[in-house]
Amino acid sequence: MNALLAIIARDIRLAFRAGGGALQAVSFFALTIVLFALAVGPNLELMSEIAAPVLWTAALLATLISLEQIYRADREDGSLDVLVETSSLLALTALAKATAHWISTGLLLTAATPVLALLLNIEGAALWPLILSLLIGAPGLSLIGSFAAALTAALPRAGLLIAIIVSPLYAPILIFGAGAASAGAAGDPQYSANLALLGASSLFAAIFSPLASAAALRFNLD
Amino acid sequence: MSATSIFEFANPVRFERIAARAFPLALIAALVSAAIGLYFALFNSPADYQQGETVRIMYVHVPAAWMALFCYSAMAVSSAAGFIWKHPLADVAAKESAPIGAAFTFLALFTGSLWGKPMWGAWWAWDARLTSVLILFFLYLGYMALWRAVPDKTRAAKLAAILAIVGFVNIPIIKFSVDWWNSLHQPASILRADGPSVHPAMLTPLFLLIGAYSFAYIALLLSAMRNELIARRLARYELASGEAPARVVER
Repeated sequence: MNALLAIIARDIRLAFRAGGGALQAVSFFALTIVLFALAVGPNLELMSEIAAPVLWTAALLATLISLEQIYRADREDGSLDVLVETSSLLALTALAKATAHWISTGLLLTAATPVLALLLNIEGAALWPLILSLLIGAPGLSLIGSFAAALTAALPRAGLLIAIIVSPLYAPILIFGAGAASAGAAGDPQYSANLALLGASSLFAAIFSPLASAAALRFNLD
Repeated sequence: MSATSIFEFANPVRFERIAARAFPLALIAALVSAAIGLYFALFNSPADYQQGETVRIMYVHVPAAWMALFCYSAMAVSSAAGFIWKHPLADVAAKESAPIGAAFTFLALFTGSLWGKPMWGAWWAWDARLTSVLILFFLYLGYMALWRAVPDKTRAAKLAAILAIVGFVNIPIIKFSVDWWNSLHQPASILRADGPSVHPAMLTPLFLLIGAYSFAYIALLLSAMRNELIARRLARYELASGEAPARVVER
């Protein structure tokens, strides 16, 4: 347990130090939203209608670009070999890596959401469903994404490949997450159903992604 | 006993001998059943009371959609077999199933789009069945991209196998998407608990074309697997005969 907490603390520290990707991911999140707003034009009514899907897509893309960093540095300096050789249960190590990634990107994106929501003209009551859906869905994004990162850990330039592999797997989380945020903003009764399915997707990922990641990591170090 | 019988085909020489004999048979079976099936589909089956003549698109669309799911399932099962029993040919079968499955998926999406325009009034709808099949297409592409990206074939096989097994969660979602969500796409009308709801005159060409597509898959898979095995043998030969250093000198 202490070892896992140490891995999480170490990864979070690395993410916020120079060369870490945490602040870059949040900046990318904000920039995606700005670019989207520039493309849509100054139509506030249309903007608040599509705000939840836009925010969710931007959060997904920001998570996507930071995935490569989960295992890359560890692989390059050899600490991944040490992690794999010394961990008593590799799946738990993979879970710790995914948790650290969620804290240093997903949670940060969720925290930045209230500010960015103002830019997209999201009203006060519509903000809570959005934040709640991101709180439940973003761990799923990190978990599924860390599996793709583990799969490509031995490849030198895996960024685009990770995006191609992980995007289809992200579909349920995006559908239920953006669905919950939109339904919650509109006061639609489908809100809770979408939220429950989103939670189910994240939990499903929490079980299977560490197992698949562990297998992938072992094969990548053969 | 069953374990020994799977491994009898693991010998590439034995596989080559069987595949060389089975390939022309599968090809002929595919061509003959396609010819008879298309004759029934185009000239000897009734038009639909609602859809008119456009229902004939079904005979090329439904088998393609079935094969799209079947190829992925075959890919996932052979991946699991390669993963669990380290069967040397299972990896090759999984790898070579992917482009064939992707082609069938594209064909299902394309013919479905052609059918959707006159029936629904749109080439495409973001509905559960269509979206999940499109995601299947991208899963095939991701699987193929991973194979291409990893230089070491043994490692590529293992990593791609994990991806194929993880992606298999999409298959039941596709199959049941028409029951779980309110879909524009019609629900299952052949594999039903109370028997098919399609008229028997339409079932004859449909099953003939499903047979044609299946035999085409077998023929394509066998020839692709033989090509892959020959390519690997050639690569080993070049490595052993020291041809690779010779090339470096030439440069």
